[in-house]
Amino acid sequence: MMSYWYAIPELYRDLFVTSVLIVIFLLALMGAVAYVTFAERKIIGYMQVRIGPNRVGPRGWLQPIADALKLLTKEMILPSKSSHFLFRIAPVLSIVPALGAWAVIPLTEGVQFSNINAGLLYVLALTSMGVYGVIVAGWASNSKYALLGALRSAAQIVSYEIAMGFALVGVLIASGSLNLTDIVNAQAGGITHWYWLPLLPLFMVYLISGVAETNRAPFDVAEGESEIVAGFHVEYSGMGFAVFFLAEYANIILISALTALLFMGGWLSPFEGYAALLSIPYVGVHLFEFFSLILKIPFVDVLLGAGPHWFFIKTSFIIFCFLWFRATFPRYRYDQIMRLGWKVLIPVTLVWIFVEGVAIAMQVGPWFD
Amino acid sequence: MAEIRNYTMNFGPQHPAAHGVLRLILELDGEVIERADPHVGLLHRGTEKLAESKPYNQSIGYMDRLDYVSMMCNEHGYVLAIEKLLGVEAPERAQYIRVMFDEITRILNHLLWLGAHALDVGAMSMFLYAFREREDLMDCYEAVSGARMHATYYRPGGVYRDLPDTMPQYETSKWRNDKEVNKLNEERSGSLLDFIDSFVDRFPSCVDEYETLLTDNRIWKQRTVNIGVVSPERALQLGFTGPMLRGSGVEWDLRRKQPYEVYDKMDFFIPVGVNGDCYDRYLVRIEEMRQSNEIIKQCSEWLRNNKGPVMLDDHKVTPPPRADMKDDMEALIHHFKLFTEGYCLPPSEVYTAIEHPKGEFGVYLVSDGANKPYRLKIRAPGFAHLAGLDEMVKGHMIADVVAVIGTQDIVFGEIDR
Repeated sequence: MMSYWYAIPELYRDLFVTSVLIVIFLLALMGAVAYVTFAERKIIGYMQVRIGPNRVGPRGWLQPIADALKLLTKEMILPSKSSHFLFRIAPVLSIVPALGAWAVIPLTEGVQFSNINAGLLYVLALTSMGVYGVIVAGWASNSKYALLGALRSAAQIVSYEIAMGFALVGVLIASGSLNLTDIVNAQAGGITHWYWLPLLPLFMVYLISGVAETNRAPFDVAEGESEIVAGFHVEYSGMGFAVFFLAEYANIILISALTALLFMGGWLSPFEGYAALLSIPYVGVHLFEFFSLILKIPFVDVLLGAGPHWFFIKTSFIIFCFLWFRATFPRYRYDQIMRLGWKVLIPVTLVWIFVEGVAIAMQVGPWFD
Repeated sequence: MAEIRNYTMNFGPQHPAAHGVLRLILELDGEVIERADPHVGLLHRGTEKLAESKPYNQSIGYMDRLDYVSMMCNEHGYVLAIEKLLGVEAPERAQYIRVMFDEITRILNHLLWLGAHALDVGAMSMFLYAFREREDLMDCYEAVSGARMHATYYRPGGVYRDLPDTMPQYETSKWRNDKEVNKLNEERSGSLLDFIDSFVDRFPSCVDEYETLLTDNRIWKQRTVNIGVVSPERALQLGFTGPMLRGSGVEWDLRRKQPYEVYDKMDFFIPVGVNGDCYDRYLVRIEEMRQSNEIIKQCSEWLRNNKGPVMLDDHKVTPPPRADMKDDMEALIHHFKLFTEGYCLPPSEVYTAIEHPKGEFGVYLVSDGANKPYRLKIRAPGFAHLAGLDEMVKGHMIADVVAVIGTQDIVFGEIDR
C-alpha cells in the first residue's frame, strides 16, 4: 500500500496532502463562520435582554445548520435585467479573498499553509480584493439600492484601506519583518511587549478600520438595513446571499485573527514575562509560591505557555468586540465615515508612525531597544 | 451636452424604515435629497366614513385603530367630542383615570418612537429595551380592559369600569418555569395601582439607561444634531403640533393651554427645544416621558385616596349595572336601547382637541340629531408633520431621511385613517 504512495512523484504527493489539508481547514473555517453567526445572535440576544435562537437542537445549537440548509435549498433568483455573468460571479469574488488570505495565517509557530516572507503584504492585497465582489454585485444587480450600496462600499473601503495600511506600517517598523511568524515572535516578552501597548493609537485605528473594512456596525452603510435595505446584496437570494454572508463572517474572523497576530502577540502567552514579577520584593515570594503550586497541576504548564489556544482566545475576544459594537452603537452616516477616515484616522497613524520612528531612533525601552 | 437627470428612488412602501406603509419618491443628486414626495393612503380604511353609519358608541373601537401606538388617547379625543355635544362631564374619578391612562399611553407611544427612531439610526438595542418597558404598560391596558392594544376603555360619560384589584398573571408554560413565572408575578400580585406605582418608581432609572446609550453618544449626536431643522415660525405655519412644535422652541401644549379633564390640577412642566433639530425633539420626548411619569404618580396617589363612580348615572348614555337589569324593567329597556339604537346628539357641531403623544389630535363632529354622526373629521397630527417632510429633508442625505421619518414619529394608522 505504502509503496504505491511513494511511487507517486513527490510534487503530486505534496499537492495531494496540501489539498486535503486545505479542504479540512476550509470546512473547519466554515464551521467557525456558522457558529460565529450563532454566537452573534446569542450574544446580541443576551445584550438585548432576550434569549436568541433556542428552538433548533438543544438550546438552539443546530440553528446555523438549519439556516445553511434552508439557504441551500432556496432558489437563487436571477433578476431579469441584471448582468447575469457578473451577478453570479460576484459572490465568488467576495468569498475567495476572504478564504485565500488564510493561507499565510499561522495558527501557532510553524502551523500554516505557507510561510512566505511577504505574508502581511499578501494578506493586505487579498483583503483589498474583497471590495470587488461588493462593487460587482451592486452594479450587476441593476437595482438602485444595490448601486448605492456598492458606491458607498467602494468609497469606504478605499479610504479605510489607507488607514489600515498605515497602521500596519507601524507594525512593520516595529518588527522589521513582513513575515507573520516573525512579527509575532518580535512581540515576545509578555503582555506589555505586545504591540498593542507601544502602538496603542495604531491598534485602535486598525481595529476601527477593521470594523469598517468588514462593513460591520457602526460602519455598515454598505448594507445599512434601515436606509438602503440590504445594500449591495439586496437582489441576492439563496446560495448567492449565503456566500456573501459567509464572506462577511469569514472576513470578521480574518480581521480578528490578524489583530490578534499583529497587536496581541498571536499564540504567545500573556504569562510569558511573569518571571519579572517574581523579583518584586515581598509580593514576588508569594507569587512564586502561587505559581509553583499551580504548575503542579497537570497540563497547566502547557495551558499557560504559548500555543494556539491563546491565539484562539484572542481572536474570539476581538470577534466578541465586533458583536458588542453592533449592539451598542448607532450607524454613522456615509459622509461622516469618510470624515472619520480621512481627517481622524489617517492623521493619527501618520503622527504615531513619526513618534514610533523617533522612539526607534532613540531606542526607547523596553520595546525598541 | 448630455442631459443630466436626477436619480429617482422609490423609498417604500416595503422598506424597513418606512414605519408601515410610507411611500416616498426621492429625487437624488448623488446621495443628496433634492425632493421628497410622500405618498399616503396605503393604509386608508375609511374610519371617518365608517363612523357615519354606526351609533356613536360603536365607533370608539375604530379610534383605537387610528394611531395604533397611542390607543387610549385617540378614544379620548372622540369621547370628549361626544361629551361636549351632550353637555355632560365624566365623574372626577373617571377623569383622573383618563388622565392617568393618557399619560401611560404617552409613555407607550414615546417608547415605541424611541425604539423605532434609534433602530432607524442604527442603534438596534434600544428597540428591545423600550419594548421591555412597554410590556408592563400593555399589562396595565390588559388589566383595565382585557385587551392589550385596542382597549375601547373610554366611554362617553366615564370609563368602562373601575380600576381592578388584581393584575393578569403569567402562567407556567413549556418556555417559562415556575421560578421565572413567580418572579414575573411578584410585581403583579397586588392591585393595578400597586403595579403602576412600582412601574413609576422604576421607570426613571430606565429612562436614564436609554439616555446613557444615546444622549451623549457622539455618533447619535452626529446623526441628529442639525438634521431636519424647523424654525419656530415655519413649524407654526406647517401646522406642527406636539413634540415637533415644542422641539422648535414653541411652548404649546393643550394640556396647559386648554386644560381638559383634570390636567389643570396636575403638576408638570413642558419641555421645549432650542434648535428645532432631531436631537432637540429627542430630548423633548425623553423629558416628556419623565413628566408623564410624574403625572401618573400624582393620579395614582389621588385615585388611591378617593373612591367614587367612574361612569355617569344617566342611563340614556351609559349602560345600567347588570344586577339592576335582572329585576328592573326600566334598566333592561335602557340597556336594550343603548346597545341597539344608541343615543342621539343635538343637531350641532363641535371640535375637541387633546394633547395626543404626537401632537394635537382633533375631532370635528357634526350631528344632525340622529343617533350617528353626520360627519366625523379627524385631525391627525402626523398628517401635518408628514407634509413637512420635504422641507425637512431637502439638502440632507438618504440616511437623514430615515432619521427625520423617525423624529416625526409617523404612524400610518392615523395619517391614512
